[in-house]
Amino acid sequence: MELLLDSLFNGVAIGSVLLVAALGLAIVFGLMGVINLAHGELMMLGAYTTYVTQLLFKLPILKPFYNSYIVVSIFLAFIVSGVVGILLEKTIIRKLYGSPLETLLATWGVSLILQQFVRSVPLAYGTGLVISLLIGLFLPATFPSKIKESVNFKYFKFSSWIFAALTGVLTGSLISSYVSKLSRASARNVDVTAPSWMRGQVEIIGTTFPKTRLMIIVITLISVIAITLFLNQSAWGMRIRAVTQNRQMSDCLGISTEKVDIITFGIGSGLAGVAGVAVSLLGSVGPNVGGNYIVGCFMVVVLGGVGNLLGTVLASFGIGIMTDLIGAGRLLSIWPDMPLPLSNTINFFATTSMARVMIFALIVIFLQFKPTGLFPQKGRMVEN
Amino acid sequence: MSLSKIKFDKKIVLSFWIILIALIIAAPTLLPVFRLNLLGRYLSLSIVALGVDLIWGFTGLLSLGQGIFFALGGYCAAMYLQITSSSEFPNNIPEFFALYGVEKLPFFWEPFRSPVFAFFAIWIIPALVAGLIGFLVFRNRIKGVYFSILTQASLLVFFNFFNGQQKLINGTNGLKTDVTQLFGQMVGSESMQRIFFWITAILVIAAWFFAKWVVKGRFGNILIGIRDDEPRVRFTGYNPVIFKTIIFSIAGGLAGISGALYTVQSGIVSPQFMTVPFSIEMVIWVAVGGRGTLLGAILGAVFINYAKSLVSEALPASWMFIQGGLFILVVTALPEGVLGWIQGDGPRNFLQKFGLKRKIETYPSLEVNNKEGNNE
Repeated sequence: MELLLDSLFNGVAIGSVLLVAALGLAIVFGLMGVINLAHGELMMLGAYTTYVTQLLFKLPILKPFYNSYIVVSIFLAFIVSGVVGILLEKTIIRKLYGSPLETLLATWGVSLILQQFVRSVPLAYGTGLVISLLIGLFLPATFPSKIKESVNFKYFKFSSWIFAALTGVLTGSLISSYVSKLSRASARNVDVTAPSWMRGQVEIIGTTFPKTRLMIIVITLISVIAITLFLNQSAWGMRIRAVTQNRQMSDCLGISTEKVDIITFGIGSGLAGVAGVAVSLLGSVGPNVGGNYIVGCFMVVVLGGVGNLLGTVLASFGIGIMTDLIGAGRLLSIWPDMPLPLSNTINFFATTSMARVMIFALIVIFLQFKPTGLFPQKGRMVEN
Repeated sequence: MSLSKIKFDKKIVLSFWIILIALIIAAPTLLPVFRLNLLGRYLSLSIVALGVDLIWGFTGLLSLGQGIFFALGGYCAAMYLQITSSSEFPNNIPEFFALYGVEKLPFFWEPFRSPVFAFFAIWIIPALVAGLIGFLVFRNRIKGVYFSILTQASLLVFFNFFNGQQKLINGTNGLKTDVTQLFGQMVGSESMQRIFFWITAILVIAAWFFAKWVVKGRFGNILIGIRDDEPRVRFTGYNPVIFKTIIFSIAGGLAGISGALYTVQSGIVSPQFMTVPFSIEMVIWVAVGGRGTLLGAILGAVFINYAKSLVSEALPASWMFIQGGLFILVVTALPEGVLGWIQGDGPRNFLQKFGLKRKIETYPSLEVNNKEGNNE
C-alpha cells in the first residue's frame, strides 16, 4: 500500500511538470493548430525570469519581501513569455496560419535565436528589451479613444515605441549596474534557490515529499483551474472556443479573430513561462532547458487528443505514472517473484533514458489503436 | 521564359558534365586536405538531403527523424570497420567491449564480420526501419504535423537507446573509424580519404539520377498527388499508404548511405547524429535550396554547411542567429527556396518591380483559383 502511494505521488509529481509544460502547448496547438517549437524556449525565458527576479529581490529595497519572490516571478514569467509570444504571433506566425509545417520550421528558427540570445546578451539588457517590448506593444492601447481614432495615431505609436526603447535601455543599464551577476552574458547554467519556506520535506500519509514538488503541483493545479475557468466562463474564452470550432462563421458574427489569435497565443506562451518557473525549481537553468521538455509536451498533447484539456491532464498524469513505474523498476518491488525473463526486461528499462524509450514506444503503439488520441475531436470531414 | 523550360544544347550539357567530372577528379589536388575532407562530408550530407527532398518536397511528409536512418547507416559502417580491424584485441572483438566487460560479440553484430553483409546493411537496414516506422504511422492516416511529431519522438527513442547502451554500441562515446583498417589501409589516412571523396562524389551523382528517376514517371505523379491532395488520390483508387511507405524507406536508405559516407570521412559515429537539431537542419538545407527541386537539395546541403563552417570559424556565436534567421526567412519570404525561386516566376516578378518586364495578363479568376488550390 505504501509502495503504491509512493509510486502514485512520484507519478503525479512527474506528471504535473509535464502537464504545466504541455498546458500552453495544448492551447496553442489544440485551439489554433499552430505547432510552436519555440515553446520550450518560452519556458526557458520563464525560468530565466525566475532567476532574474530572485536576484532583484536580493537588492536592499526588496530584501524584506525576498521570501515571496517565487510568487511574484510566476506572474512576471507569465508576462515575459506572453509578451515574447505576442511579438512572435504578430511578426511571424500570423503570416503562416493554415500551413503548420511552415510554422514548425519558422518557430524552430525562433527557438535557435532565443537560445543564442540568452547566451550572448547579458540578462540585464534582456530584461530591458522585454520591458521595452511590453511598453511598446501595450502603451498605444491605453491611449484615450480620441487619439486612437485620429489620423496622427501612427505618430503617437511611433513616439511610444521610442519611449519604450529609452525605458528599456535605462532599466537595462540600471539593473546591470546594481546586479553584477546580470551584467555579463554567459552560456553557463544558473541556479534558482527556493526560498527557505519551500525547502525541506512534508509528510503526507507516511511518505515524505519534497516541498518544491508540492509547489509545482500547486502551480499546475492553479494554472489548470484558471485556464479552464477562463475558457469556459469568460467572454473571451467563449470567443476563443467559437473561433476554434468555426473560424469563418465566428468572423462573420463579428468576433475579431485577429484579437482572438493574439490572446490565445499570448496565453499559451504565458503558460509556458509559468512552466518555466516550475522547471527552474527542479534543477539548474540553462539555454537548453526547454529542449528537454518539448517532445514530451507534444506527446502529451497528441496522446490526450488535440483541443481537449481533460485529455491533456489525463495523458500527462498517465505518462508521469508510467515513467515512474518503468524508470524506477517499481513493478519489481510490487511483484518481487516474477519470472526471470520478465524481470530482466524490466531491469533493462529501469533507467531514466530507457524509460523514455519505453514510454515513447508505448505511445506509438497506443496511437496504432487510437490514432487521434484519448479524446478525439468529432467530425465528419474526410480530413482530420 | 523560366529557366526550367530552357532546352540546353546537347553540347552544353556534355561540356558541363565534362567540367564537373574533371573538377571531381582534380579536387584532391586543388584543395588542401582539410577542405577536401569537409567538402566530402558535405557532399555526403547532400545525399540525405535528397532523401528529405523526396519525402518532403515531393510527397509532403515533413520527417524530423531522418537522423535515425543517417546514424543507423553510420553505425553499420563503423561497426564493420571496427570488427574487421579488431584481430589484435582480446577475444577478437572491438576494443571498447573490453571496457564494459563484454567478452562475446553481441549476436546482432555477428553478421557484420562479412563485408558483403555490411555493404548491404548500410542501406537496407535503415530502409527497413524507415519502412516499418512509416508503415505503422501511415497505416493510421497520421499525417501532417502529427507525422512530424511522431518522427521526432522516434528520433528521441533511438537517441536515448543508443546513448544508454554502452555494452552493445559504446553508448554516448560512439564508434571511431579513424584508426580502423580497410583493405589494409588506415581509414583516416590521406589516400583513403581521397578515395572516399571520389566515392562520395560518384554516389551523389548516382543518387541524384536515381531520385530523378523516382519522381519522373507515374510513381512520381502519385507522390505529387499525395502532397497536393491525398484524399483525392485515395478516392481515385490508389492506396497512399504503400506509396508513402515506399518513398519513406527510399529516403531512409539514402540517409543510411549518406550516414556511412559521413562517418568514414568524419572518423566517428555517435548518438550525436540522432539529436533533434541535426535532423531539423537537414530540412533547412532542402528548404533553402528549393524543395521539389532535386538539384536544390544537393546545392543547399553543400552551401549551407560550407557557410556554417566558414561562419563558425570566424564568429562562433553568430551561426545560431544566422541559422535561426534562415529558417524564418526561407519560410516567410522564400517558400520555394532559392532554386525554386529562380525556376519559377521569381526573377520575372523581381524584374517587374523595376519595370524591366511586362506583366503577364491572365484572367483574374484563374489567379484566384490558383491561390485556393495552393492553400491546402
